[in-house]
Amino acid sequence: MVQIFKNVNIDWLANRRVFITVSVLLMLAGLGSAVFRQWKHPNGTEAFNLGVDFKGGTVVTVRFKQRPSAEAIRDALFNAGLKDAIIQPVTDKPDFVLIKIPLEGEGESQAQVDVGRAKVREGLRSFGQEARGELSSDANAAFKIEGTDAVGAVAGAQLRNKAIAVTLAALVGILIYIAFRFEWTYGAAAVIAVFHDVLVTLGFFSIFQWEISLTVIAALLTLVGFSVNDTIVVFDRIRENRKLRRRDSLYKITNDSINQTLSRTVITSGLVFLSVLAMVLFGGEVLRGFSLALLIGVAFGTYSSVAIASPIMVWWEQRLEAANRAAALNVGRPVTGAVRAPVTTGRRDPISPAARNRSRGAGRA
Amino acid sequence: MKKKNLIQRTIIIVVITVLGLYAVIGPRHRPHWRDFTWSGIKSTLQDNIHLGLDLKGGSHLVMRVKTDAFLKELTQNNSLAVQNAAKGAGFQPKDIKTETDNGTYRITLTAPDGAKLSDIEDAVKKKVDLSEWSPSESGNTITWTLTPSAQRTLADQATEQADRIIRSRLDAVGVAEPLVQRHGAQSSHQILVQMPGIQDPERVKQLLKAESKLELAHVVSPPSPSPVQTYNTEQEAKASVGGTVPSNRRVLPYQERNEPTTAGDTSNAQKEKKWVVVETPAIVDGSELRNASAVQSRAGADDYQITFSLKPAGADKFGTWTGANINEYMGVVLNDEVKSIAYIKSQIYDSGEISGRFTKQSAEDLALTLRSGALPAPIEYQEERTVGPSLGADSIRSGVRASVVGLVLVVLFMLFYYRGAGVNAVVALLLNMILMMAGLIVFGATLTLPGIAGIILTIGMAVDSNVLIFERIREELRSGKTIPSAVEQGFARAFVTIIDTHVTTIISSLFLFVFGTGPLRGFAVTLVLGLIINLFSAVYVSRTIFMWETSRKRRLESLSI
Repeated sequence: MVQIFKNVNIDWLANRRVFITVSVLLMLAGLGSAVFRQWKHPNGTEAFNLGVDFKGGTVVTVRFKQRPSAEAIRDALFNAGLKDAIIQPVTDKPDFVLIKIPLEGEGESQAQVDVGRAKVREGLRSFGQEARGELSSDANAAFKIEGTDAVGAVAGAQLRNKAIAVTLAALVGILIYIAFRFEWTYGAAAVIAVFHDVLVTLGFFSIFQWEISLTVIAALLTLVGFSVNDTIVVFDRIRENRKLRRRDSLYKITNDSINQTLSRTVITSGLVFLSVLAMVLFGGEVLRGFSLALLIGVAFGTYSSVAIASPIMVWWEQRLEAANRAAALNVGRPVTGAVRAPVTTGRRDPISPAARNRSRGAGRA
Repeated sequence: MKKKNLIQRTIIIVVITVLGLYAVIGPRHRPHWRDFTWSGIKSTLQDNIHLGLDLKGGSHLVMRVKTDAFLKELTQNNSLAVQNAAKGAGFQPKDIKTETDNGTYRITLTAPDGAKLSDIEDAVKKKVDLSEWSPSESGNTITWTLTPSAQRTLADQATEQADRIIRSRLDAVGVAEPLVQRHGAQSSHQILVQMPGIQDPERVKQLLKAESKLELAHVVSPPSPSPVQTYNTEQEAKASVGGTVPSNRRVLPYQERNEPTTAGDTSNAQKEKKWVVVETPAIVDGSELRNASAVQSRAGADDYQITFSLKPAGADKFGTWTGANINEYMGVVLNDEVKSIAYIKSQIYDSGEISGRFTKQSAEDLALTLRSGALPAPIEYQEERTVGPSLGADSIRSGVRASVVGLVLVVLFMLFYYRGAGVNAVVALLLNMILMMAGLIVFGATLTLPGIAGIILTIGMAVDSNVLIFERIREELRSGKTIPSAVEQGFARAFVTIIDTHVTTIISSLFLFVFGTGPLRGFAVTLVLGLIINLFSAVYVSRTIFMWETSRKRRLESLSI
């Protein structure tokens, strides 16, 4: 039997300060990049490199004598500095191609359209000259730009806001379900971890100015699903262990649960990570944004269920427990469970380890 | 007993697999042996699976909103309002004219004498919002002119509204993830629509273009029981109102029709075109609609009509009017054509119907466009093309290649790491993908890149389910359980986790599906479908395979996991 881990015993929660510091720093870096870029371009949405889908752009209609492949056109445009062109061959007129590019340069929309047109022309020069007059009558020419049009955003502000609202509603749904199956604290911790993953991923997109298109949104949705899935697996084990080992502290149970599910975590995340890595490496330029978002999301989704969701849940449960005990003491009548001394088996068990004794939550057992 | 259970499970699995496979590769017509050759299957697959705009391409339509028509109608409505306001304040304007040509929109009112001009202007101002119109007085006339900047703003608003309505119609008719954006310069008022290859593009084009301007108007006619006053020609109708049509009347065509006497009477029952005079403004218009739906005219008939209901404000207006006008004639006017005329038998509040020999399809389409609202102005198609996939054929090819590489990696690892149990996982994964394809085909869904993202997450969670189960079985084995009980415990324990992860994701996807549009929806469809199937393939099927293995030998000494 091939086995990755045998009897691991890592004290994950001991490193919670490091984990949370690293995460906060990563989020701050992303936020800093977004704020700084926005501030430098007060009128633009430069915090993120939004693609044609969100910002609108220019459609250039080109007629070729001999139409090159979409790939060749994309490469030619890439060399002219147009990184995110959408190439759509017209199928009912086999010599036409529609090239959609994001807005280029600053200022008036007409000026931006002109800059875009000039760049496309420059890129297409590698196929030959542009025709003066009719393409058919110019023997030396290879192509002609037949028209240039500005296009608006596919996903305007209204649609974008709606999408964000719907996604938040979906997260609330997740929160309620987890609260129903586990506890409120578990649900909150899982949702905070998901937010963390999305923010970190978006931070990468801001820092490196990767283009955000509608495909990236699909990837973000995927990473939300993946992250929640991963967190629930760990939480589920914690719930099971709390029922079986009523004498152990939540701190220890959480550590053990993470360790018990570690081989599963490494195998699943590793497999998904490898598949997504294949997509980043071989998936081509157009899908790069999509696959990069997934890659980062898978990595941080796994990390956050161990390093963010679990510590937050433990901390919160312990706070609640402390508050409950304080309340009980104030009344002057000790709660039966709280007097029993907790069994501290953890190597380090710094915060109140008596979470299991909460009078609330007993019904869960 | 246990054996019987096992056989029952196997039969269920085999039946579902065969059905799923047939849904994917089976032709939609009576099968022929050629359909099951390699090329036959390939072409069937292409017919069965609908790919979206980003993966396959589709139609590219550029349409223009005729904003001049919108401004013209606005001018005419305002002119009428101005006249009514002046009359209401006790002034009798001598004449009121509108000019709507060559980019000028102007209302000119001639007063009986110049002294009262500013009084009239004040009276009009109180009743009619003319803030975007600049007034000027000369002699005994006042002229309101729509300023160029206001023209631009209003035209932009009309285009914006048309854009919204087109989106909602595309959504209502079920075009998967179309792309709608403003096109050309701001002043060109064009909208670009790209939609995937759909069954009936002409129908969708008609749907988008349908103005669907509905009005209920009072028909000028002696009341019932005399028949409704119609005219044979437009001239006759105009002559009845004194040659020129005053601004509170309209002359509209009316297609009278015979009621079919028997069900299934499909003969052309239309009579020749007549003309009627109706009052304007209408009693209520389409903006007051609450709902509209297509219903059969009579049970079993091929003939359809549209019933509609009005919003409270519209119902109040309509109720008051019908209550005060018993026996008067009222016409249902659709796109400036009178569809039907009836006399008011008793007070009606909030519902009515449009009859007019609609087929099922045309009645449903009309109801759909009525629900989505009337276009503020007519639109015309300016450009129509068929375009390739927006992601690019090359990117799709490399994406597919990369996914295959990823999938092969996963399969190899599972087989290497879990040995015999790895086979279970691979079988479950394959079955999941076949059934997911079958589901997409059965529901007629269109596959787009966000949909593929949903499939990727499904595959990830499917692999995860297997890993969870196998790791759990291994754990139970390590703790010294016998093989059958380790398998049983492993499945039982992992199942709790699998249910929680799946239900959570399904709940959040349902939000995306019900309230989301476009990519959110495409993602949710494949994900929900995939996860439900996964509960079957990763748990039920995989369990059954294990049951076969453990039941084969009396005493099992080792389990390949």
